[in-house]
Amino acid sequence: MTINGWIQILVYCSILLLLVKPLGGYMYRVFSGDRTLLSPLLAPVERGLYRLAGTSEKEEQHWAVYATGMLLFNLAGFLVLYALQRLQGALPYNPAGMSAVEPGLAFNTAVSFVTNTNWQNYGGESTMSYLVQMAGLTVQNFVSAATGIAIAIALIRGFARASGKSIGNFWVDLTRCTLYVLLPLCIVLTLAYVWLGIPQTFGPYVDATTLEGAKQTIALGPVASQIAIKMLGTNGGGFFNANAAHPFENPDAISNLIQMLSIFALGAALTNVFGCMVGNQRQGWAILASMGVLFLVGVTVCYWAEAAGNPLVHALGIDGGNMEGKETRFGIALSALFAVITTAASCGAVNAMHDSFTALGGMIPLINMQLGEVIVGGVGAGFYGILMFVVIAVFVAGLMVGRTPEYLGKKIEAKEVKMAMLAILSLPLAMLIFTAIAVVLPGAVASIANGGPHGFSEVLYAYTSAAANNGSAFGGLSGNTPWYNITLGLGMLMGRFLVIIPALAIAGSLAAKKTVPASAGTFPTDGTLFVGLLVGVIIIVGGLTFFPSLAVGPIVEHLAMIHGQTF
Amino acid sequence: MSQSKSASILDARILVPAIGGAFRKLDPRTLIRNPVMFVVAVVSLLTTLLFIRDLVIGGGDLGFTLQIIIWLWFTVLFANFAEAVAEGRGKAQADSLRKARTETQAKLLVNGGDRSKFKLVPGTSLKVGDVVLVEAGDIIPSDGEVIEGVASVNEAAITGESAPVIRESGGDRSAVTGGTQVLSDWIRVRISAASGHTFLDRMISLVEGAERQKTPNEIALNILLVGMTLIFVLATATIPSFASYSGGYISVTILVALFVTLIPTTIGALLSAIGIAGMDRLVRFNVLAMSGRAVEAAGDVDTLLLDKTGTITLGNRQATEFRPAKGVTEQELADAAQLASLADETPEGRSIVVLAKEKYGIRARDMATLHATFVPFTAQTRMSGVDIEGSSVRKGAVDALLAHVNRATVAAHGTRPTSDSIRDLQAIADEMAKAGGTPLAVERDGRLLGVVHLKDIVKGGIRERFAELRKMGIRTVMITGDNPLTAAAIAAEAGVDDFLAQATPENKLSLIREEQAKGKLVAMCGDGTNDAPALAQADVGVAMNTGTVAAREAGNMVDLDSDPTKLIEIVEIGKALLMTRGSLTTFSIANDVAKYFAIIPAMFAVFYVAPGQAAGPLQALNIMHLATPQSAILSAIIFNALIIIALIPLSLRGVKYRAIGAGALLSRNLLVYGLGGIIVPFVGIKAIDLIVTALGLA
Repeated sequence: MTINGWIQILVYCSILLLLVKPLGGYMYRVFSGDRTLLSPLLAPVERGLYRLAGTSEKEEQHWAVYATGMLLFNLAGFLVLYALQRLQGALPYNPAGMSAVEPGLAFNTAVSFVTNTNWQNYGGESTMSYLVQMAGLTVQNFVSAATGIAIAIALIRGFARASGKSIGNFWVDLTRCTLYVLLPLCIVLTLAYVWLGIPQTFGPYVDATTLEGAKQTIALGPVASQIAIKMLGTNGGGFFNANAAHPFENPDAISNLIQMLSIFALGAALTNVFGCMVGNQRQGWAILASMGVLFLVGVTVCYWAEAAGNPLVHALGIDGGNMEGKETRFGIALSALFAVITTAASCGAVNAMHDSFTALGGMIPLINMQLGEVIVGGVGAGFYGILMFVVIAVFVAGLMVGRTPEYLGKKIEAKEVKMAMLAILSLPLAMLIFTAIAVVLPGAVASIANGGPHGFSEVLYAYTSAAANNGSAFGGLSGNTPWYNITLGLGMLMGRFLVIIPALAIAGSLAAKKTVPASAGTFPTDGTLFVGLLVGVIIIVGGLTFFPSLAVGPIVEHLAMIHGQTF
Repeated sequence: MSQSKSASILDARILVPAIGGAFRKLDPRTLIRNPVMFVVAVVSLLTTLLFIRDLVIGGGDLGFTLQIIIWLWFTVLFANFAEAVAEGRGKAQADSLRKARTETQAKLLVNGGDRSKFKLVPGTSLKVGDVVLVEAGDIIPSDGEVIEGVASVNEAAITGESAPVIRESGGDRSAVTGGTQVLSDWIRVRISAASGHTFLDRMISLVEGAERQKTPNEIALNILLVGMTLIFVLATATIPSFASYSGGYISVTILVALFVTLIPTTIGALLSAIGIAGMDRLVRFNVLAMSGRAVEAAGDVDTLLLDKTGTITLGNRQATEFRPAKGVTEQELADAAQLASLADETPEGRSIVVLAKEKYGIRARDMATLHATFVPFTAQTRMSGVDIEGSSVRKGAVDALLAHVNRATVAAHGTRPTSDSIRDLQAIADEMAKAGGTPLAVERDGRLLGVVHLKDIVKGGIRERFAELRKMGIRTVMITGDNPLTAAAIAAEAGVDDFLAQATPENKLSLIREEQAKGKLVAMCGDGTNDAPALAQADVGVAMNTGTVAAREAGNMVDLDSDPTKLIEIVEIGKALLMTRGSLTTFSIANDVAKYFAIIPAMFAVFYVAPGQAAGPLQALNIMHLATPQSAILSAIIFNALIIIALIPLSLRGVKYRAIGAGALLSRNLLVYGLGGIIVPFVGIKAIDLIVTALGLA
């Protein structure tokens, strides 16, 4: 590890922290329906959209109605995206002449983008037409992100409201998020990316003649605009197969910094939105602090493991850290930082190959996802995810102060515990069960590139990434087979909707409750004690669930490496 | 019941029958009520069946498997034992109560009011509304209300208190309880509870835990435990497949051992014992909670409504000061006041005599030698005093005494007393009222001497109790019939947070509703019939046992000692119950860390063994250096079973509540039960491993 590396990491953290309050304050106003800077421009558009959709911002929904709207909207999104892929050969904006995507892959891709996962069993430049990329994938990049944020806002309303029946209006939240938050920020980001040299064109691929005289086709496209939302919406689906390691997606250190910032920006700001909505910003900071602790531990371990490198390579007389699979323009610190960020959030964009990380370095991204991506997390998803852990933490710890548990004045009772446990259970269900089947199914095992524990990690990583709606791939696993297309798709659906629906149920149940005023007998949830408690619960619950799988994967691989054994 | 208070937590009379109870509770219909232990029983049965199969067809490490199976069953039995012990303590009390419920003959009055016409019927045949006669020496056949007569009643069967109490018709002391005995006089009682539904029956079933239902918080905690169990089903059920990929094999016995040690068996085993013990602690405290829910609510109370008299102040006012009128010496006033009070047996009167003696050295005089006649207090005159050989001394309420002096002066001199002296007296009296006292004017032969300051004496230590309550986050509200001025003064002196002056049943009820609308939980106690609506509305309503039937029906707790200060302890008991649950849950989950470090290396040590190495790389996780994989697994499962036994005393006694603020309390408990929960099993498992290895068990 170098001082320089740590300075870069600290610079990143500082800028991010500075963004939280202004961005959070803005989003708070947007979702409260207050006037913002952009209102004069966007309010008429917003009203027009409501009129078109036959709804109104004054119309409030019961949580079940909210959930139904969300599910129908996502179902429609899935169907459109599936159709676009299957029909792309016959549709315009297809200069490279891509043919229809085969059904299994189309299903996997459609689910992947609707669930904000962006797991890619395809290479973008060799599979998808411009139309599918823009009207299909990019649209889902926007609305899947907006869906996540809407759910988070609805859940926050559950805490903020008292004795209410409704938790907001899904269509209004979705529209406001897209119109006021995602679109304006993306326009700014796109322009910045274009300025930094990222292509933005409808022109066909370019043929170039290399110095040796060989002919090379250089893939282009409307890249900058897709990268903007890919990062901001924690989607992570690259325009190109190499994702953010590709020089056209992520040309230099500045673009890398902007991309890392935009991955965490909205997720971190949501903690402030939460604080504002419940009337005590410290509550939001406490949650962000818990995330921050877990994040910094992850970065430290990952950076340390990568900087320490492989002793077996050192024995050959080659010094230094592990540069395998990393871009020289980013180096070890920024590759490790990016890997931790992208898996802490449910982004899944990569600027280095996680498969090539050391065993421990690669374990951190895996753990980040196994914990449910609650370390800042996917836009919205991370926040409602961590609130599930908050419910559990408060339930157990709250009893220890001699009161029935409460959080922000809301009693945490059987229904909330049931729903939170359901949400927390859905992740290991998808991650562990599918992995357990895949590692003994001959057809599935055949897709694994490496043997031994590393091969195990590849499968575990794939299902973990899918269920956590991350979308990053460890690499090494040939995922474009019917088995993986279908099961990974199912994993993504479970990881998304089996968390969202309980979260909304909690929102509805909490909104209906009275708010108990805090007293000296209620334990403060805005201090270091709470931060420590929440971190402890996340690590213990997550750790206990996944320890066996990590033991036969990265841990045994690391220990074997020390003994001179590789796989 | 008072004798059972001294029974220690672990008493052989309770422990021995509990062993039998532990086996009886293996009945699946009983076990299913405890999902975690039910799951343990199911997997224990599965391993047992597999063991029998191996026994028949041969194979497997039978000695090791047998030991695991034994400890698995012990885990279930220990849990049952914990519950049986908790119930056993209640049963002992129930037995002593049952003795009171002997078959009685009731004197059923045939003809309403006529006392002479009754027929003897068995007490169990009485219906609600029947009117019975109970005479000296009779056992009251069932719960009821006195509709005629006064009697002294021995209620020791219920309260453990042997001093008789008075029960009379009308007023707040009209309720009688079946099983208690009339000592003197007779009463006519209208039966208010049918056989099997009496207070005594309810008490028996409550202390026995027969009617025990899971409380809301217990249900929520059970859901959490079931969720944790499911997580560990996923974590362990996927291991065989991981193992087969890694080129190994894990036997069902070992998987079951891992699974049982991981699921929260400790709290699962002790949860119902904790609940029963919480109710039991109240019973030992002579408070009966009608439901476990009420005990939980007690822990959550935000606002305590406390009656002034008897709770905050001593029941009676006491003289604290003599304030003479102009031209009168203190000595003179004290002398007159003492004379007027000599024969006054009220506590106020006695306190004047005491003050006169203590402050002015005026010795008690004998009425007879003084040839004095006592003029007692009446509701009409609102004065009392003495007449001594033509001279009269009177003390009384200020307005009543002024009127008396006025009359006397007009009669004697044809003139009114000077308005100066009246104004003077009035000013002193007002000042006293403002300070929360009651002024008592004194005159001698028509001459106003001054005012005695009668004061509500705030109970010693009550101020500290309220400060403690404030630290617990509980707001105290004093309820009093006094005027706002007096109430404010006493409230300030006692250190309550708020007061309700000139309280009526209606504004008491609306105060509770107001607090509840703010999301607060309210506790109160009461005894009168007019308290009933408020008692029913409050989240924790403690009815005094001396109270009326209506009050007892309305409250969700009954205080057998009729001591309103107990509300504070009731809250503490509720909090201790919740804390015990939380602490043991935390402990139980924290334990898993060590168990993983014991079992995972043992299970996975055979994977990826490098050539020339004895064990695989995962052996490095064996940080406790447990002797062999078998001893590691065995030690973990033995620890898991024994910790249940070790924690029974704590779960019965409860984690003590300390009013040190929620944050400090939480960090303390997290340190003890969270961090302790991580460390203790490392030590315990290592120790057991040493023993197991030394004994050659594995």
